[in-house]
Amino acid sequence: MEGLDITLTVLIGSAIFGYSIAFIAGFGRLAKNVFIRKFTTVYIEIFRGTSLVVQLFWFFYVLPGLLGIELSSYMIGVITIGMNYGAYMSEVVRGSILAVPKGQYEAATALNMSRFQRMRFVILPQAIRMMLPEFGNYLIQMLKATSLVSIISMADITYVGLLYRDANTSEGVAVFTMLLVIYFIIALPLIYITRRLERWASKGVATE
Amino acid sequence: MTQPLIQYEDVHKSFDDVEVLKGINLEVDPGEKISLIGPSGSGKTTIIRMLMTLEKPTSGLIKVDGTPLWHKEVNGKLVEADEKHLRKVRGDIGMVFQHFNLFPHMTILKNCTSAPINVQGVDKKVAEERAVEMLEKVGLGNKLDAYPAQLSGGQQQRVAIARSVVMRPKVMLFDEVTSALDPETVGEVLEVIRDIAKEGEMAMILVTHEMEFARDIADRIVFLESGKIAEEGKPLDILENPNSERLKTFLQRFRSNF
Ligand SMILES: Nc1ncnc2c1ncn2[C@@H]1O[C@H](COP(=O)(O)OP(=O)(O)OP(=O)(O)O)[C@@H](O)[C@H]1O
Ligand SMILES: [Mg+2]
Repeated sequence: MEGLDITLTVLIGSAIFGYSIAFIAGFGRLAKNVFIRKFTTVYIEIFRGTSLVVQLFWFFYVLPGLLGIELSSYMIGVITIGMNYGAYMSEVVRGSILAVPKGQYEAATALNMSRFQRMRFVILPQAIRMMLPEFGNYLIQMLKATSLVSIISMADITYVGLLYRDANTSEGVAVFTMLLVIYFIIALPLIYITRRLERWASKGVATE
Repeated sequence: MTQPLIQYEDVHKSFDDVEVLKGINLEVDPGEKISLIGPSGSGKTTIIRMLMTLEKPTSGLIKVDGTPLWHKEVNGKLVEADEKHLRKVRGDIGMVFQHFNLFPHMTILKNCTSAPINVQGVDKKVAEERAVEMLEKVGLGNKLDAYPAQLSGGQQQRVAIARSVVMRPKVMLFDEVTSALDPETVGEVLEVIRDIAKEGEMAMILVTHEMEFARDIADRIVFLESGKIAEEGKPLDILENPNSERLKTFLQRFRSNF
């Protein structure tokens, strides 16, 4: 089971970073300030408009030369996957917040809540219910994306599998089947959680 | 002479160049109950939404307890109010909506305590006692831990009324609060509003199509027509001896309800 620790730590790191970015960029897109809004939009479009592999290479080869900072492969993997999926998930954050019915804002205003209180007590709790199932789906996608860190020579399960196959060329079929099974086993609890979240989320959201 | 609680002074409102309110002058005294009637599209909802700060007047002044709502005095001049000013003034105003707008992720009790605790800083225990008392009064003392989706429309609307009353506003606004309800639950909601009205101290502006209810509850009826107040007066005068043809025609349609 060599490489499993790398796969899992990259996944956890990317997820935490990605979700944080998603909220920051999601709110950025809803900001009153035009500059913040434009800036966020540019970031999102760049990361959605280019491929994750290219982004990984870019962060790995170009960034150190450009800025003179040396980041570990782990950091590069987490940052790239996090920024990439964060860009997609920021749209989920934004969409969910906008999907809370106007009447909820109005009722909160009628109770004299401040802008922050409306968000904190009324809008976000409902928006998050809509976000979570989507977040679950993206978590599964992030798991699959972690296999790409093998190309920046991180020894995750894909990398270990490929090495093993190179050494034992006759066992390619077994190795790849094995990889398939491992990814699926890791994904299973994520799939289960996502299902649960979907069911939970269907309650407690204004429908009107 | 007491100071009016609410004053509209030549208030105009346009939506995309269409003027829907054309100079509203209206005063509401503390504790006074007003029924706002008028044909669909005449601007009734817009009038009370401006008072709730949900819609901004295009021109004119709205005052609460003598303080301009949408304007702030800076060096003797009135300038556009900021969020802070709006919050200070609208604390005296509460509103019940046509579609209840309860918070679906909170229990009934929580719906009624969240704002007192977080907005007014009321102690949690005190807020809960008040909320329970109020919910019992509207007949929902046994539903404290239920969620809005588990209640009927009539029950939800009674919660929404309780939620607003526990904030102890000086004026409560009701926008056709029974028109989204099944006919069999309309009565229970009107009954709750009547009870609250009887206690007297809160002013009310009720937009309603229930003429009998308007007559029973109101100190004054205001008839709105195409963005203007066309007639106003004591309920009996307005309903039994309307002056204008328009009001006569309007009332004709509700005759069967009497
Ligand atoms: N947000 C808005 N944007 C554009 N036009 C609006 C908006 N809100 C209201 N209007 C228009 O303003 C006019 C007055 O609307 P308002 O809702 O105040 O009428 P109302 O008297 O409450 O009618 P009803 O009895 O149907 O509820 C209508 O012509 C309506 O179409
Ligand atoms: Mg209306």
